[in-house]
Amino acid sequence: MLAAKQVTVAVRLEAITTRLRPGEVTAICGPNGAGKSTLLACLAGLHAPTEGVVLLDGHPVATLPPLARARSIGFLPQDGAVAWDVTVETLVRLGRLPHRAGPEADAAAVRAAMAALDLEGFAARPVSALSGGERARALLARVLAGEPRWILADEPLASLDLAHQLALLARFRVRAGSGAGVVLVLHDLAQAMNHADRVLILDEGRLVADGPPETTLTPSMIGEVWGLDGHWLGEPGARALAFSPAGSALTGHR
Amino acid sequence: MTLRLIPALLAALALAVPLSLLAGQVWIDPLAPAARNALPILIELRLPRAVLALLVGGGLGAAGAAMQGYLRNPLADPGLFGIAPMAALGAVLSFWTGYAAQGWLLPLFALAGGALGMALLALIAGRTGGVALFTLAGMMIASLAGALTSLAISLAPNPFALSEIVTWLMGALADRGWPDVLVALPPTFVGLLVLWRAGPALDALTLGESAARSLGVDPARLLWLMVAGVGLVVGAGVAVAGIIGFVGLVVPHLVRPFTDRRPSALLLPSALAGALLLLVADCLCRILPLAGGELRLGIALSLVGAPFFLRLLLAMRREIA
Repeated sequence: MLAAKQVTVAVRLEAITTRLRPGEVTAICGPNGAGKSTLLACLAGLHAPTEGVVLLDGHPVATLPPLARARSIGFLPQDGAVAWDVTVETLVRLGRLPHRAGPEADAAAVRAAMAALDLEGFAARPVSALSGGERARALLARVLAGEPRWILADEPLASLDLAHQLALLARFRVRAGSGAGVVLVLHDLAQAMNHADRVLILDEGRLVADGPPETTLTPSMIGEVWGLDGHWLGEPGARALAFSPAGSALTGHR
Repeated sequence: MTLRLIPALLAALALAVPLSLLAGQVWIDPLAPAARNALPILIELRLPRAVLALLVGGGLGAAGAAMQGYLRNPLADPGLFGIAPMAALGAVLSFWTGYAAQGWLLPLFALAGGALGMALLALIAGRTGGVALFTLAGMMIASLAGALTSLAISLAPNPFALSEIVTWLMGALADRGWPDVLVALPPTFVGLLVLWRAGPALDALTLGESAARSLGVDPARLLWLMVAGVGLVVGAGVAVAGIIGFVGLVVPHLVRPFTDRRPSALLLPSALAGALLLLVADCLCRILPLAGGELRLGIALSLVGAPFFLRLLLAMRREIA
């Protein structure tokens, strides 16, 4: 269980309380500046809340030894920077840094992570020679190699085309299916609607909705938080968001 | 590839060290009857000089590799930390006060200068551990140290001190002996061990600061490892050899293509290659015919290093364009 209790970060987050469950894909949604990344960083133990506490299985993450925390919570940052032109295998192997399990366990975890993301043929390829989709997979494989119980990813779909977005979401689903907790910051509300078990909606630092996508990402909530006049089309699991043609773009919002 | 690189560098060193002992104003031919004073020249002059070249070059190479990893910047160099200039300021002040004749005072001043640089860095940037703030603080300290060194020179009490200062700033290994080895050896070794400890954290930084922290890196601990490791290694080097630039910049670049490019995989090869580079460069300086003495090592390396730096800049500009 990963839980936030009254987590407050000055100016950015106001008393967020929520309990995230393993085995679920949770999406954090909200307009720019709503505090999504800040909340994710707090949950990952990378940002100390001004007030409140984040608990991992009942223990405050702030007081966990850094390596123990790193073995439990894998974090995929938004920028995806790789400073040196290492090979894919070297990159994925960095995910084993918090572990002290020995070279064989490391090699097995690296192999499994690369296999899970179809990267076996890329082991010796330099990161600079990867396409955007391959790079995103390699960076996620780095997180998976650490075998974390929680995977927290900040806008993992940004800069990916639709096919690669769906492929990556499928991998997250597989991890959740094998018992990991997956928390994603998502901008695309349709992806959140179709692929998350649970959605947290942030608006100006406040948690305004927390629950299954069907009950949280309602047209009225979308209107309230994003200022958009939209409605859902299609069947559950394959929904698309349609907007009214006139007067939708942020008019009358705030 | 790293595994083949290290034996290759060790073999090159095993070849270069004996050769460097034979080369100089007096050439020593191991097959001919011993020249006059051959043994004292070997033991009292050339051997300590070779050991110092290995220590200083190894330290600068490893410090450069560690700094480039820490700052994620292939143009980083120990000079950026402001620790080399602070150590040099300490050394210059010891000349200025006229006590340079006392062999132990200069290294102590240099180490004190390096330590002061370390302390300043930690005070300014230590709490946050941010790389940008750290770099800027280092540059500020470097320029402050440079200004104070210029001040010390401009206020030099007598022409003799002035010429001593200028000679010192050029950086050299000429006329060094075993006492200098004793000064440089302990801090260099401790510093190298500290940098080695920082290796895994430097690897994690490849993914950026937040990813590194999520992998369990404690930024404050890493900062202290860097400050202590680089401070000790560079301070010891400046204490015995003055300012020798560009080794920390050039060597990691030459070595990087032969490794898997992780910063930690670069540390040992950079130390070995730095040692080799300084040994060979010092040898060449010694045997190069030059009116009025020998070419200063620091000058020679700057002459080679500046165009190398320019080449790197141009290559980076092409990449960006």
